[in-house]
Amino acid sequence: MLEVKNVSKSFSDARGTKDVLRQLSLQVGDGEFVSIVGPSGSGKTTLFGVIGGLQQPTEGEVRISGQATTGETGHVAYMPQQASLLPWRTVAGNIELSLTIAGVEKRKARSDALAWLERIGLAEYAGAYPHVLSGGMQQRVSFLRALLSPQRLMLLDEPFGALDALTREHMQKWLLSIWEQNRRSVLLVTHSIEEALYLSDRIIVLSASPAVILDEITVPFERPRREELREDARFMELRSRIYRHLAEGAKEAGRNGS
Amino acid sequence: MDNKRNLWSRVWPPALVLGILVACWQAAVSFALVKDWMIPSPAEVVKAAFASNVWPRLMEHTGATLGLTAIGFAGGTAAGFVLAALLHLLPGVRRGIYPLLILSQNVPIVILGPIMTMLFGYGLLPKALLVMLVCFFPVCIAMLGGLTGTDESLRNYMRMIGSGKWTLFWRLELPSALQSLFSGLKIAASYSVLSATFAEMLSPKMGLGGYMVLSTRGYMPERAFASAILIIMISLALFGLIALVERAVIRWRPGKGEAGRHAGS
Repeated sequence: MLEVKNVSKSFSDARGTKDVLRQLSLQVGDGEFVSIVGPSGSGKTTLFGVIGGLQQPTEGEVRISGQATTGETGHVAYMPQQASLLPWRTVAGNIELSLTIAGVEKRKARSDALAWLERIGLAEYAGAYPHVLSGGMQQRVSFLRALLSPQRLMLLDEPFGALDALTREHMQKWLLSIWEQNRRSVLLVTHSIEEALYLSDRIIVLSASPAVILDEITVPFERPRREELREDARFMELRSRIYRHLAEGAKEAGRNGS
Repeated sequence: MDNKRNLWSRVWPPALVLGILVACWQAAVSFALVKDWMIPSPAEVVKAAFASNVWPRLMEHTGATLGLTAIGFAGGTAAGFVLAALLHLLPGVRRGIYPLLILSQNVPIVILGPIMTMLFGYGLLPKALLVMLVCFFPVCIAMLGGLTGTDESLRNYMRMIGSGKWTLFWRLELPSALQSLFSGLKIAASYSVLSATFAEMLSPKMGLGGYMVLSTRGYMPERAFASAILIIMISLALFGLIALVERAVIRWRPGKGEAGRHAGS
């Protein structure tokens, strides 16, 4: 589905060249949910920029559904950190616009948006402007917008980073329940180890800059995932395994910095 | 209902103060604190304005000023809007022109009035050109600022999902520039009346500006005051009209007291 092959990205300025991504390769299978975990500043945003086609990699290649899409936008559905709903469009209008930009026929976009808003219990807000919605509700709309988009790969960029802990867990559960009904290929970037473990089939652990893959973990839990999972012994074990990687990375970054 | 009461409570205090000021003015003249041949009383101004030999002429001049203002405002703001859009879509051209545009803001445009008259004579053309020029800059600069100030994360999102340059412009940048555009339009509205009357003073044949000049030369203070009041009213009306259109177009803004009142999640 998604193949990232040997992608490197460096930025040059007056002080020299900085490698952000070095020889990075990863795949996401059809209907697979993959998470990327890494310390902040590990180039996750740059990686998403390259996959989404906003940035040209210094070297390497991106393929989506077998098609070379390096440096081309429009091949992914995207859920950014901020909900990024257009304030002058209604909730339904926002979903409709993103779908039509991706090539869905207007009438179908509209009816899909309304049907799914009904399904997630936001039907009464279909005609409301985004500012009347709470942060959590805006993120639901933003997720729905990405989910309904026809592109087969969804990029979720720390979608719940701005929410409080309780809302966050609630949203993770909600996201899984919706995703189970409409399985799409997902690549999620997150700070939260538990979020990654709870949601994904596979986890990729990145180091700080330049980002290289430290570990790749296949999450062994069956779906649908249960809430009690968070207390499972294997969950704890995997959590500390990822945590160690991140802690080592942070130590190393500290050494390099001093 | 609530809204109406709100509006009323905002309107009556300034209206009262204005009323008191006018009453003071009337009293000052009535009790001969000021000589009435220097400053006419409000009642005399009204009486003079509605006199049968003045009112038709006053209306004729008002029509001329309105026409000139409308032509200048429409032409100038349209040109400002189009140039802003062009410069925004052609960043290379923008780099060359934008600094000059900012510099030219410091040129007091009314100094072009006599030059325009010299070049194009006393007809409508030089006056309309002057008003257009005056209206052009605030709209163009405000609009460009609005287009450039588009939220970067929204722009990123729209590009990521595949929006081209045109989709970005129509769906994102133009709507997010509307607020700035209306600020520019409001400035242009008051400038347009100001510059229209100024242009009319240069060749005082038609329009309230011209009528005012002739009235002062003929020492008829009531008529000069009457035309001044009409000019102010035109200016206020145009400003109010823009504000009304703005409210009709930009409906998505959170109202006062509504911001932060979120539905529970």
